[in-house]
Amino acid sequence: MFELATLLAAEGEEMPSVLAVPLDELIIGLIAFLLVFGTLAKFVLPKIKVTLDERANLIEGGLERAGKAEEEAASVLLEYQKQLAGAREEASAIRTAAQADRAAIVDEARNEARVAAASVTTAAEAAMAAERAQAVSALTRQVGELALDLADKVVGEALANDARVSSTVDAFIADLEKVASK
Amino acid sequence: MAFGVIASSSPDCHLFSGCGFPAPGAEIFQFDAIFSFTIGSLSFNVSKVTVLLFLAVVLIIGFFGYAFRKPKLVPRGAQNVGELGYLFIRDGIVRETIGKGGDKFIPFLFSFFFLVWILNFWGVVPGAQLPVTSIFAIPVTFAIIVYVTWVPLGIYKQGFVGFFKNIMFPPGVPKVMYILLTPIELISNFLVRPFTHAVRLFANMFAGHLLLATFSVAAFYLLSFSVIGILGSAASFSLAVFLTGFEAFIQALQAYIFTLLAAVYIGSALHAEH
Repeated sequence: MFELATLLAAEGEEMPSVLAVPLDELIIGLIAFLLVFGTLAKFVLPKIKVTLDERANLIEGGLERAGKAEEEAASVLLEYQKQLAGAREEASAIRTAAQADRAAIVDEARNEARVAAASVTTAAEAAMAAERAQAVSALTRQVGELALDLADKVVGEALANDARVSSTVDAFIADLEKVASK
Repeated sequence: MAFGVIASSSPDCHLFSGCGFPAPGAEIFQFDAIFSFTIGSLSFNVSKVTVLLFLAVVLIIGFFGYAFRKPKLVPRGAQNVGELGYLFIRDGIVRETIGKGGDKFIPFLFSFFFLVWILNFWGVVPGAQLPVTSIFAIPVTFAIIVYVTWVPLGIYKQGFVGFFKNIMFPPGVPKVMYILLTPIELISNFLVRPFTHAVRLFANMFAGHLLLATFSVAAFYLLSFSVIGILGSAASFSLAVFLTGFEAFIQALQAYIFTLLAAVYIGSALHAEH
């Protein structure tokens, strides 16, 4: 230190006190602080303040929203359950109605079929009766003719144009028909 | 650093070499101007102090400018670190001492804390190794800025009479006591406050730096081919390393104290104490 002090003294510099406050250092210190303060206060810190406030709001709002959402979910669930119950009821009603419908349709179809079958049977019976009647009348006529031929041959005389013969034949046939219808 | 200055001025100065211990003194806080310029009649010296001062300014603006360039709601990387600093000032200092009403002083105190801290921190940065706040003019400047902030603020908020009345006549004291109390309050608040505010920071940094320099120089000085020399040198060196870590802590602490006091002063201006 002694050496240095003499060195400094030799250079002609009086060493200033450590408590000296030179004006230029004061001004430079002030400039340094104002630079930091000015820049941070004007450009840098407002941004982070906004972000932090936003985040705080978001968290607060988030909690609020979560509560609201929970309530909403509960009400939606209730409504849903109500709707589900309604739908079930409706479905069962529809099912019941459908079953009734089905029974009615089946009954109707059955009736229709029965009626159709009956009408077919009736028609067939009528046709059969008609054919039978036709057959009976044809057979009667043939039997008459056969009998006539046979009588002709037995008697040996032609009775064709005789009115009596004709009425006798008619009577015979009538008798025959009576027999046939018995 | 002093070590370099002294080592270069006396490279062969060791124990038993017929050379006294070159204890570092006030001269390690003197720096030659790298260049000078004159504005008006005032000449400005740009020295290591000035360089470190503006380097700190650039670092602080650069870091926070980068960290908060596009703040995200979900912070990542540098923004996390920056937010940590911001929330420390906001919740740890401003809201603790002033309350929520002090939020508009966050940038002011934020600037002080980080500027003072980085300026202190230069003291343990290899290559820089000078706490800029150990140059008395710097803490004085800062203390003056705080002083000319809180005094007018108090007058503005509480009225001229109210402000001085609140400080000089603290309520809840027997009237007779004012004879004693009023001059004390007046002196302590308006004269001693700014002085201690500056000196507390300056003296801590000054002493710390001197301590580091002394042990560093001692480690070099004691280094010689003798038992006492080697042991002494090793002890000094270990102590210098330990004290460097300790200084890093003190630097942060002093920056915090400086900022906290500034906040307390502003708080006392915003609403009357007591």
